[in-house]
Amino acid sequence: MPDQFTVRVNDVAVAVDRNTSIAAAVMIAGSHCRISVSGEPRAPFCGMGICFECRAIVNGNMHSRTCQMLCTPGMEIQSQ
Amino acid sequence: MTIRCDAVVIGGGIVGAACAYELSRKGLQVVIVEREIIGGGTTAAGMGHIVVMDDSPAQLALTQYSQSLWNALSPSLPPPVEYDRCGTLWVAADEEEMAEVWRKHKLYKAIGVQSDVLDSASLAEAEPNLRRPMAGALLVSTDAVLYPPLAAAYLIEEAQRSGAALIQGKCVVAAKQGTVNMDDGTQISTPYIVHATGAAAVELLPNIPIRKRKGHLVITDRYPGFVRHQLVELGYLKSAHSVSTDSVAFNVQPRRTGQLLIGSSRQYGAEDPGVDHAILESMLKRACAYLPALGALSTIRAWTGFRAATPDKLPLIGPTEDPTVFLAAGHEGLGITTSLGTARLLADTLLKQPPAIPVEPYLPARFSVEAIHA
Repeated sequence: MPDQFTVRVNDVAVAVDRNTSIAAAVMIAGSHCRISVSGEPRAPFCGMGICFECRAIVNGNMHSRTCQMLCTPGMEIQSQ
Repeated sequence: MTIRCDAVVIGGGIVGAACAYELSRKGLQVVIVEREIIGGGTTAAGMGHIVVMDDSPAQLALTQYSQSLWNALSPSLPPPVEYDRCGTLWVAADEEEMAEVWRKHKLYKAIGVQSDVLDSASLAEAEPNLRRPMAGALLVSTDAVLYPPLAAAYLIEEAQRSGAALIQGKCVVAAKQGTVNMDDGTQISTPYIVHATGAAAVELLPNIPIRKRKGHLVITDRYPGFVRHQLVELGYLKSAHSVSTDSVAFNVQPRRTGQLLIGSSRQYGAEDPGVDHAILESMLKRACAYLPALGALSTIRAWTGFRAATPDKLPLIGPTEDPTVFLAAGHEGLGITTSLGTARLLADTLLKQPPAIPVEPYLPARFSVEAIHA
């Protein structure tokens, strides 16, 4: 895997370093991970896979815990 | 301390709640006794499917009548009850099951229940996540889903608005001959005692012909649109009919939240409320066989509950040998649907009014008197 590559967050290309978590890529893009039931934008709270606030759609899979997953080249990430 | 009232309803599940609602609206001074929380037992464990079922003519009559009552009540239900007329799709996997689709369709047409036959292609369009090819399905558009504990809570609140009193957190220790005794010494004197205690009925009525039939359910995270109707396999009839063996069937329900409820299992003689992983596994495998993409979804919880099953799969509604004791129990998997019809029939019986459908198939007297008498 290259040291630097791009992923797409909500259809916008974002350059990331190797070993960047998906949650970090979402933050670099200035995006939120998901919208809560009451309509609020949400982002990671615990950063360790417990709080489930960092869920987003990764390569089509809903409810992926983005703080627990690393970016790979060409990954498609979408807020959910 | 002795309280006096016109009727005591024991049990604040959906059936007791509906009875309290109906009797209060008819002008009776009702006391409801719930030892734990409203709708917290079997009511909370089930799916909340308002469904017309035709295992027997009596079951069809009661479910159809009850569904019409839910339909009439639905505009009044508050949003948290999550009433959603999503319809049921009875899924036929093969031509044999497709014959059952046509049989149901003709039967429903004859009694005025709207249904539509979907061929293989229309079913694939209606539910893209179903395995292909399926033979087809029967769509019953008037079937609905709701969130049972809050439906029970709504009925209790309405009963209270009509003057009913709720006694919560106290346990009934005896209820016969016009007297209800509670564990704190409270006594209620009443002409009518209604046992609506479901699978727990044997605690006060040891010989009542009700057995626990254990079930499992799983709920997923939110995946809006994954399925659009309540999906039930027609093979379900074979497994639900079986009275002795453990069985599982494909039964998946979309919730307003986008979550999916996944069922179902049936076990007699399993008293342990813990999740049985072997049954859970075969239940989920069955579901994945119908919805192949289901396996990639996240589930957030699995739990069990106990249906109150009678030998002939019909509830016990009406009088007993003790002229003050009435039953509204034994609804097995249809308690949410048939609660409203049960309550209406019970109220008609108490108030000596003509019922909308014949009550005879549900009378406790169809079983031996010794079996019922406390």
